[in-house]
Amino acid sequence: MLDFDGWVCPAPLRDYPNIVMGHGGGGKLSAELVENLFLPAFQSATLEQLGDSAVVEVGGVRLAFSTDSFVVRPLFFPGGNIGDLAVNGTVNDIAMSGAQPRYMSAGFILEEGMPIIQLAAIAQSMGAAARAAGVSLVTGDTKVVDRGHGDGVYISTSGFGVVPMGLHIGPGLARPGDVVIVSGDIGVHGMAILSVREGLEFGAPLTTDCAALNGLVAAMLACTQAIHVLRDPTRGGVASALNEIAAASRVGVRIVERNLPVPTAVRAACEILGLDPLYVANEGKLLAFVARDAAEVLLEAMRAHPLGRNAAIIGEAIADHPGMVVARTSIGGTRVVDTQVGEQLPRIC
Amino acid sequence: MKYLDEFRDPQLAGRLFDDIRRITTRPWAIMEVCGGQTHAIIRNGIDQLLPDQIELIHGPGCPVCVTPLELIDKALAIAARPDVIFCSFGDMLRVPGSSKDLLKIKSEGGDIRIVYSPLDAVKIAQQCPRHQVVFFGIGFETTAPANAMAIIHAERLGLRNFSMLVSHVLVPPAICAIMDSPVSRVQGFLAAGHVCSVMGTHQYGPLAEQYHVPIVVTGFEPLDVLEGVRRTVAQLEAGRAELENAYARAVTAQGNLSAQQVLAEVFEVTDRTWRGIGRIPASGWRLSQRYRGFDAEERFNVSHIRTAESPLCRSGEVLQGLIKPNQCPAFGKECTPRMPLGATMVSSEGACAAYYQYGRFVHVT
Repeated sequence: MLDFDGWVCPAPLRDYPNIVMGHGGGGKLSAELVENLFLPAFQSATLEQLGDSAVVEVGGVRLAFSTDSFVVRPLFFPGGNIGDLAVNGTVNDIAMSGAQPRYMSAGFILEEGMPIIQLAAIAQSMGAAARAAGVSLVTGDTKVVDRGHGDGVYISTSGFGVVPMGLHIGPGLARPGDVVIVSGDIGVHGMAILSVREGLEFGAPLTTDCAALNGLVAAMLACTQAIHVLRDPTRGGVASALNEIAAASRVGVRIVERNLPVPTAVRAACEILGLDPLYVANEGKLLAFVARDAAEVLLEAMRAHPLGRNAAIIGEAIADHPGMVVARTSIGGTRVVDTQVGEQLPRIC
Repeated sequence: MKYLDEFRDPQLAGRLFDDIRRITTRPWAIMEVCGGQTHAIIRNGIDQLLPDQIELIHGPGCPVCVTPLELIDKALAIAARPDVIFCSFGDMLRVPGSSKDLLKIKSEGGDIRIVYSPLDAVKIAQQCPRHQVVFFGIGFETTAPANAMAIIHAERLGLRNFSMLVSHVLVPPAICAIMDSPVSRVQGFLAAGHVCSVMGTHQYGPLAEQYHVPIVVTGFEPLDVLEGVRRTVAQLEAGRAELENAYARAVTAQGNLSAQQVLAEVFEVTDRTWRGIGRIPASGWRLSQRYRGFDAEERFNVSHIRTAESPLCRSGEVLQGLIKPNQCPAFGKECTPRMPLGATMVSSEGACAAYYQYGRFVHVT
């Protein structure tokens, strides 16, 4: 039995003695698990920065190091599969430190009975995604579990890249006055997955935005060094990523709802299901906090890149209400954009 | 987006705010009945932009919030059974029973599935003949037709492994209960547009007359809500108390007749206990005699479960419009979406959750 009382801050863990799905939702439950269970157990100052990747120094070289696991269902979805997702997810986590990803590992937990032909297709996609991102898959592992103990395949990837000399980008480095830019349409991946998982159709088919962002990041860094934060808003969406940055940097964030690039199909699907696109996962988008005087040139450079064509300024970091994200609504009111507790739950009516 | 952007237009909204400001000469307290309207109001910041004299009171029209704790406990008991697949709309999963919620039952091994339509639950019952499939059929007149269809469909298919835990509630008796209450401050109602799209508007004319209170059928987009408020204020200022339809693009006087026919066949009127409010006579629907065989409460013999509400939770007063969510001493302290004491803090339509999520507990510049 675990001794809950020995923990630093046991309270928030007590009301769910078992893992619930919300612990994987990227909201408050996920954050509490990390803060109250893993951080005290691991005791690492680097981990405590809670960036998309950890930046460590080895022999005078700064490495961005990251790991991620993929349990997506279905394995194949419009525009991609779990394989591209696993490679691009780790590539993007590394790129969010400003590093160029170099080498990656891949671990596979396979379910007994999974068709080999599906695994081959996934592996092919991973190879293609790695080549496209300029990263090498250099080590791996496979394990098999009994039928019924996995959804076909789970993939875990790790990787590292080299952070250029003198470059410091991290979730705690946003400053009041920074401009917040998103690299394109939000909510696409999450709604594409949901549309196939739940058998919902929304007129225009939605395909995932899954993509490697290291090329876009390189183009951005070539344009300005005044980027303070980069974050890929995956599970938990833009709202959760902004809240994490606001908390880590002790700044307030003010966004303008009208300026959010939300494609019509995503908006329509979210309206039907009662979901908020701000909380829906993205797999090929990034948020950048950049010094105000560099914002316009950066935006232009991003729009010149194929993955940043719909980039938009969506808000700013401010000194008021540190740790809190606020949105100006379309009719001119304001609302707080909080982190969700667990997963977004579709509404009854 | 067509049919949405038109009703969120900032210029038109500004004009409606101006109109409301111009015609308002005195303080008025107006209740929006439906939780969907509460969310639209808070999410868009409508209440901040209305003149100070207009107070919006958040009514009991959130199905998740008014479902009694006792019924949640019954749902939990059924969902925990190993032979049961329990199907529910998403936002019921986090509603606390007396010691657990459905998410916790799921983590303990219960087979609980989020569905988007009760017909999905019928499909699951067809696919899993060895399991008992139970659908959590709650809601107002809005969700009832789909639930009724599911029952009829299950009967046609001869499914013996499908049942429904039913706790439907009705808007007009709730309006009567509020107006009969000696402490009620409500002077006008924004009636729930989607309820009226099913039931029509004919039930509300007599209520407006009986209680001498304006009732304006209202939609859910910012401009809909503002138009509802404008028409209600105009009536109040002129001393009128009539039924008006400000949601004519979705609501007709007679409503959806084929839905009403199905409802009359599958359900019959019954007394219901409303969470936080108490028992209201003839305020709900249960399965009619003909379809009683689909009643999960009888099939799983959970009628004996009796539960009392948390004494700290004042959601009843919130639902009756007697206090604002942030006037409850437990708001944001003992009671948060993370550890909700009452359903108004859990449901995405609950007034407390709306206040918490959209930040009415802090002063934002």
